[in-house]
Amino acid sequence: MNPSARPNPEPLLSVEDMRVRFATEDGVVHAVDGVSFDLRPGEILGIVGESGSGKSVTAQTLMGLTRSPNASISGSVRFHGTDLVTASEEQLQSIRGREISMVFQDPMTSLNPVYRVGAQIIEQIEAHKEIGDDEAKERAVELLASVGIPNAKERVDNYPYEFSGGMRQRAMIAMALALEPRILIADEPTTALDVTIQAQIMALIQRLNEERGLAVILITHDLGVIAEVADRVLVMYAGQIVEEGSLDDIFYDPQHPYTWGLLGSLTRLDQPPPDRLPQIGGQPPSLLAPPGGCRFRPRCPHAFEKCTELPALEERLPAANSHADRCWLEPSEKREKREVEGRIGLGAPA
Amino acid sequence: MEGMGQFILRRLIGMVAVLFAISVLVFLIFNVIPNSDPAQRIGGKNANEQLINRINEDWGFNDPLPEQYVTMMKKVFTGDLVSYQNQRNVLDQIEKGIPVTFSLCIGAGIIWFVLGVVFGYLSAIRAGRATDRALTILALIGISLPVFWLGEMLLYYVANKAGLFPLGDYVKFTEDPLQWANHLILPWFTLSVLFIGFYSRLLRSNMLDVMDEDYVRTARAKGLPERQVRLKHVLRNSLIPIITLFGLDFGAVIGGGAILTETVYNLPGVGLYAGQSVASLDLPPLIAVTMFGAFFIVLLNTIVDIAYAYLDPRIRLGTQAA
Amino acid sequence: MAKGDPLLEVSHLVKRFPIKEGLLFDREVAAVHAVDDVSLTLHEGETLGLVGESGCGKSTLCRAIIQLLTPTSGSVKYRGKELVGLSRKDLQPVRRDIQMIFQDPYASLNPRKRVGQIIGDPLSLHGLASGSQLRREVQQLMDRVGLQPEHYNRFPHEFSGGQRQRIGIARALALRPRLIIADEPVSALDVSIQAQIINLLDDLQDEFDLSYIFVAHDLGVVRHVSDRIAVMYLGKIVERSPAAVLYERPIHPYSVALLSAVPIPDPRVEAERKPLVLEGDVPSPVNPPPACRFHTRCPWATEICSQDEPPLAEYESGQAAACHHPRNVDSQMIAGATVAVDSPASASDVLPSQTEREPAVTR
Repeated sequence: MNPSARPNPEPLLSVEDMRVRFATEDGVVHAVDGVSFDLRPGEILGIVGESGSGKSVTAQTLMGLTRSPNASISGSVRFHGTDLVTASEEQLQSIRGREISMVFQDPMTSLNPVYRVGAQIIEQIEAHKEIGDDEAKERAVELLASVGIPNAKERVDNYPYEFSGGMRQRAMIAMALALEPRILIADEPTTALDVTIQAQIMALIQRLNEERGLAVILITHDLGVIAEVADRVLVMYAGQIVEEGSLDDIFYDPQHPYTWGLLGSLTRLDQPPPDRLPQIGGQPPSLLAPPGGCRFRPRCPHAFEKCTELPALEERLPAANSHADRCWLEPSEKREKREVEGRIGLGAPA
Repeated sequence: MEGMGQFILRRLIGMVAVLFAISVLVFLIFNVIPNSDPAQRIGGKNANEQLINRINEDWGFNDPLPEQYVTMMKKVFTGDLVSYQNQRNVLDQIEKGIPVTFSLCIGAGIIWFVLGVVFGYLSAIRAGRATDRALTILALIGISLPVFWLGEMLLYYVANKAGLFPLGDYVKFTEDPLQWANHLILPWFTLSVLFIGFYSRLLRSNMLDVMDEDYVRTARAKGLPERQVRLKHVLRNSLIPIITLFGLDFGAVIGGGAILTETVYNLPGVGLYAGQSVASLDLPPLIAVTMFGAFFIVLLNTIVDIAYAYLDPRIRLGTQAA
Repeated sequence: MAKGDPLLEVSHLVKRFPIKEGLLFDREVAAVHAVDDVSLTLHEGETLGLVGESGCGKSTLCRAIIQLLTPTSGSVKYRGKELVGLSRKDLQPVRRDIQMIFQDPYASLNPRKRVGQIIGDPLSLHGLASGSQLRREVQQLMDRVGLQPEHYNRFPHEFSGGQRQRIGIARALALRPRLIIADEPVSALDVSIQAQIINLLDDLQDEFDLSYIFVAHDLGVVRHVSDRIAVMYLGKIVERSPAAVLYERPIHPYSVALLSAVPIPDPRVEAERKPLVLEGDVPSPVNPPPACRFHTRCPWATEICSQDEPPLAEYESGQAAACHHPRNVDSQMIAGATVAVDSPASASDVLPSQTEREPAVTR
């Protein structure tokens, strides 16, 4: 939670109507279908969604990592006056790793197994900076130490397999921050890790955000992790943002049934367990042919006639302050319907 | 923890065991094949029974098999091994053939490795496009052509009719390096074509797999130029199985895989000698040549294992990597 | 067998994997102590949650119980009958009663077999059904687990992760087992699908009269389904407890850490919380720390922890924990503590003492 994330400073990154489509054997997959958001300096933006929601594709498209012959990308991503969607490969290469960095989900496979960890960090530094090998190596040692890796001086020459999962992820984070980027994109950084290691990594990310004002885009399916560190949250479903708002907005005044469902199906260890775990029935829709109208309609117990028309992402509350959602229900109806057995939840079909 | 020294020692012991097993096998097989009666061969066409009996006595062919085996092995190791067919010393013959076989195999090996990698790399980075399709077709042709057919075709059309290259035979490097190369160009090509096809397909497929790996995505995310990503990350990792395969193939080729090529082009190497011994069912050269081949195959196998450990650190420290 | 009788009794189970090296003959140079003297009991109709992180041995334990791996030593009794050492033929009838659900719904189904076949194979292997009767059984099972029976002839890749897990459950149910060991059945699934699967398992338990061992790597998942919970660390059980009480008063420092590591999805509460974040990584199971295995990462460790393996001490609340400096226990509980019957053989019998209430941290 960063005190410098005041409303309305100039956004660092501005995404406008991003659409990403992939041509596959089975047809065109609409992975991202009209996503817009801003990232402010020093902010931690959480993007929450499940498999197929489009959150990872969104993140990777920011850096142009999804460009390929069978991908069609439209919209704009403004960073420092450049539109990253139309920028050339050279322009993107100079931004990647230097101004915007990314860490991925599985640290086991995200590092090249045949090169030493130090060498991979040095490679990144030398790709962007004129620097001698010795100096680069010193910097690599510093970086590893700064993320809490013990004996950094020896470990810099280790191979990835000699690191444990948690240490590998720390090394990835160290590498990502080597050139002091403004933005770190973390794509499910803790999903593949044990829960106690997860806590360590989230604490590290939080510290980096507080100490350096590093803006973070945190992608996850775990609302618990979001509750720990995020300032603002985007909830994604079937390629679209269905709700966005501040951390408090999303947790204490959620406006979209899918968000209610996500919140409801979480276990809260500080409260007695419910008799039956609330669940969201059915499954996420296929992205080959997204359903017409509201995409959550097939699984929503509160759907009504108007839902056959796709709601726009709009601020619908009277005192709206960038808390927007895609649901036709009236705010008063929402407050009523989301109370299930004393907590927020989706509720069963009528 | 097993160190390199222990590893090599293990392999040497293994090599001895393999050579022993092979020698026994060849020996036994030879003694079972019909028409292989050595006394008959030595005595020649007009040998009468008396002569045959005397040969059997002199040469020890009436002794029990194990004794014969031991005698033969002694001769192998003392360099005293003599052909049944023509009384020439086997080991001398092999020695004479080695430079020829090595010239052929090493030259072909370099050519097929380099071209295989180049074509495979190009195919992979231009996958699905015209270059890739063309190279794929070439590769498939290369894999499908039988060596002896290709050799004969080249000899006939390119060497004989067009007169571009000599009609086979071998010129020593020390005599005339240019001619040495000139005489070897067609044989090199003939021997390489199959492997170029195979290796380029293999590298292409490995590279396409590696390109989807997470660490390649990380490399791009680091802002590395695409070429660096391709060479240092994709190619480097894709080459590992290729290099190890090369070691095995090279060992097999030296060990006897060049028989056909040497025969077609009349290159007096170990392969040709092996071919002749098989045709005349001559045991001593057979045993020696087979062991020669086995030795190189096992040697290259060991080198490949060591190289693999060097190239892929996960293999290196054995159990620690688990 | 009455409800409440022990269905499964595991006693002092050990599974070691030797690491061998040598020139000509392999010698054992080290060993992975995957499961190191573990005992547990499961009663009819009960669900035991087994929690621990990577390398703690929980998966090995499951496989050793079901005899997919042969235990190095110790005993596994199912309904009073010893399973360790039984021949394959003798194990056959027991195999019907104990089934397993695996973690990875993508890897645990044969991609070349149709779903109907996957579910029906156990029935035909044991000669219980065939032909159209088999088909009916399978379709009934599919329906019960929430799959559409018409999809009988589809292949696994045509289903989503959650559906594949349902297929795995249907297969496990086919033989009407008494005990199902679920090895991290929801870890690979999205959160909203996890809830579906957990609810399903809950319903099936009553309907089919099942007992479960439910393995997970965090305490959040097991809470809903477990009656009792056992926490494992580096091959040993460090705490076992009735479920409700564990979440209120965890005794072993590792349990405290595990509990602490599960985020509370409530920003204001999270902001107030001071979670216990452990330092460092889990040590290697090849060379576990001496005495108390957790002492290298424990914020409350003292000298005795590196010298004396604490026994599994049983407290009046029904909880048991192996720790010299138990958390959340008062002097009365300490006074009433006894060494548990299933305490590991290698542990001492030194119970936590009254004088050592809030020890200084010496690290």
